[in-house]
Amino acid sequence: MEDSLQGQDGGNSREFLAFTLGAEEYGIDILRVQEIRGYEPPTRIANVQEFIKGVINLRGLIVPVVDMRIKFGLGNADYTDLTVVIILNINGRIAGIVVDSVSDVTTLLPDQIKPAPSVSSALDTDYLIGLGTIDERMLILVDIERLMTSEEMGLTDGALARF
Amino acid sequence: MIDDLSQFHQVFFDEATELLAEMERLLLEVDVASPSQEELNAIFRAAHSIKGGAATFGFTDISEFTHVLESLLDKIRKGEMALTAEHVDTFLAAKDVMAMLLEGHRAGGAVDLDQVAEVSRRLHALADPAAGKQAAAPLAAAAPEPGPEPVAQPATTVAPASGALAIFRIELPVTPDKDVEGLAAELGLLGTLTREPLPDGRMVFHLETDQTQSDVTAVCSFVVDADKLLITAREPAVAAAASVAVVAEPAAVPVAAAAAAVPVTASQADAAVKAAKREAGAPAGHESSSIRVSIEKVDLLINLVGELVITQAMIDQRVSTLDPVNHEALLNNFAQLARNTRDLQESVMSIRMIQMDYVFSRFPRMVRELASKLGKKVDFITQGASTELDKGLIERIIDPLTHLVRNSIDHGFELPAERLQAGKPEAGKLVLSASHQGGNIVIEVIDDGRGLNRARILDKARQNGLPVSDNMTDEDVWQLIFMPGFSTADVVTDVSGRGVGMDVVRRNITDMGGTVEVRSVAGQGSSVRISVPLTLAILDGMSVKVGTEVYIVPLAYVVESLQPGASELKEMAGQGRLIKVRDEYLPLVYLYERFGIVPKYAEPTESIVLVLGVDDKKFALLVDTLVGQQQVVVKNLETNFRKVPGISGATILGDGGVSLILDVSALMRGLA
Repeated sequence: MEDSLQGQDGGNSREFLAFTLGAEEYGIDILRVQEIRGYEPPTRIANVQEFIKGVINLRGLIVPVVDMRIKFGLGNADYTDLTVVIILNINGRIAGIVVDSVSDVTTLLPDQIKPAPSVSSALDTDYLIGLGTIDERMLILVDIERLMTSEEMGLTDGALARF
Repeated sequence: MIDDLSQFHQVFFDEATELLAEMERLLLEVDVASPSQEELNAIFRAAHSIKGGAATFGFTDISEFTHVLESLLDKIRKGEMALTAEHVDTFLAAKDVMAMLLEGHRAGGAVDLDQVAEVSRRLHALADPAAGKQAAAPLAAAAPEPGPEPVAQPATTVAPASGALAIFRIELPVTPDKDVEGLAAELGLLGTLTREPLPDGRMVFHLETDQTQSDVTAVCSFVVDADKLLITAREPAVAAAASVAVVAEPAAVPVAAAAAAVPVTASQADAAVKAAKREAGAPAGHESSSIRVSIEKVDLLINLVGELVITQAMIDQRVSTLDPVNHEALLNNFAQLARNTRDLQESVMSIRMIQMDYVFSRFPRMVRELASKLGKKVDFITQGASTELDKGLIERIIDPLTHLVRNSIDHGFELPAERLQAGKPEAGKLVLSASHQGGNIVIEVIDDGRGLNRARILDKARQNGLPVSDNMTDEDVWQLIFMPGFSTADVVTDVSGRGVGMDVVRRNITDMGGTVEVRSVAGQGSSVRISVPLTLAILDGMSVKVGTEVYIVPLAYVVESLQPGASELKEMAGQGRLIKVRDEYLPLVYLYERFGIVPKYAEPTESIVLVLGVDDKKFALLVDTLVGQQQVVVKNLETNFRKVPGISGATILGDGGVSLILDVSALMRGLA
């Protein structure tokens, strides 16, 4: 936790979980990740946005699962044995995101994180921390907390009014 | 030291709050004419325990205030003084003050110093009505200038107990001679009095006394308006402007809150602390057989047991496929486990259950005060106070009930004279009852007042533009009072209410999954019947299948299920689909349409129709098949997600999958 705070100040290195959506590689703050599990079909919820796949039973908790590939129109939203759900814990609220695969955990130093150009990806720059570069790889670093609590995702009650 | 104690403050607050509630209950129950020794002792003990606790934790204002009350109660219980209605009223007011002081310490709540002083004055007045016979008993009083000192940091108000004499110059306003004489006599009891007539005919007393200024003020205020008095202290022995409390011999009593600090010698302070410790030690005999546990711990436990139940159900599914002959022992053991799990679940759920007394106990006071304010006489009767209800629900039922009780007293009951004229007993009868009926608790508010006024309700409905007719049934008319905009204030009587409508009451109840019914007979009274489920955490559900999806319908809403014949299905222009069930046409909702599911049966005659009742309206829901009836543990969707239209929650099925619980009321509203 402290690490991430310092990281945001530009002081220390930060760890990111790298995953792929279609052809792009993304990274999110590892401290927001609770666990990674295989994809199991969730219970569908009627009349919600298409990318909200439904809810699953995570050891007694009812947890929503969203498919980032549908949300951002990246890759094919098909579900295979390799499809992965990253369970996030954002300020105590649990949610799962479906991604194509998870690659590794990467440590980035502040000078490896460059500001994102305004038209870099499917995601609005508001939700980006920047672009991380490790040798030949480029990670699109997502401010997952901001994204998941945004109205656009419709995962909280504040978003209901719009729907 | 202070830090060590502060961790127990919450315990003291909780305890004191309970003791105050207990005291109030006892005071309301006590028969003034012939109080039982036991009751008097119990009231005394409550005051005593609060005082002891307050003193231990250094809440001097509370302990001093309570001390006055305690001394008075002590006299009464020892038979030295007779209990009167005035005592009871004053004690109730004192209870309020104590609750206020307590809240001031607990949450920094506002403390009305005037009220504290006023009640304190009343207590002192009662303690020594004649201000005479027992010369030792000083009168403490409304401090005329409550200092800016916040009560939250009470000053230690220990003054020289004796010997320190002060001389007060008491300048009276224009006062009739006989009052001057009376006052002189009373003041004379406090010390040495000399008089000095002023040129303008007014009188000035000089009083040399060991009493405090506020004591002196108190005595005077029986005769003249304290505001018009001019009292000055001349002797430096006591810092003049400050009003001071005295802790002395048994009869001597400390003054209430508004007191400023006075220097004390170390030995006196020590003595006071020791006294306080003695007090604190005393109430040990009054032990409670319960423990306080935070609600989070209980809820965690309930959740865990919920998990256990689900796991058990999962194993149940596996085990049921085993050959009963080969696995007899395993199956027997498993059946035992299932029983234990069920028992465990019941026991754990019962932890959250609270007796309705928690709610009922707050009403006698309200009824009493409201009735006397309105000049009405009301006998208040509660039944089934030991009925238990989930803590979460019990707190949500207080407001609607308070509203209903108020309504009954305000609008329901006639004035005593009217009642006599109508051949009814002078005092109205208000019954608040609770009982279990199946998985529900039924709470009724019954009065024998004038009943609802059909004509006026219809008038009001017309004014509000509601479609009504004179030949509506009574039941339909009574339902109108639940419509928004039916302010109770002008429906039934012209006495102004609080402007909260019955629609809010009904909404509160339906939000809890409950129902409200009204019955009324003109001239004989009315009754409101509330029915709510015992708990929100577990629900009897009917699982239904549509396509591949399984939904839970709360059983409480299910009236019946049937397979519709082709002739019973009607399509009406502008009305949508209807189904005829027992000569009634009900709107028919296709769940697969509503939820965008591919159904197994497209043809309604192959499907199943559930007739669902909300309040007293019905509609029909088309599903593919019924799966079965089961108890489900209700999980909140909003914990990690958000509210979803048409869904009230989720549950975990025996196979570990999630199933959504239908929000029947919302589906119904969706029809409109």
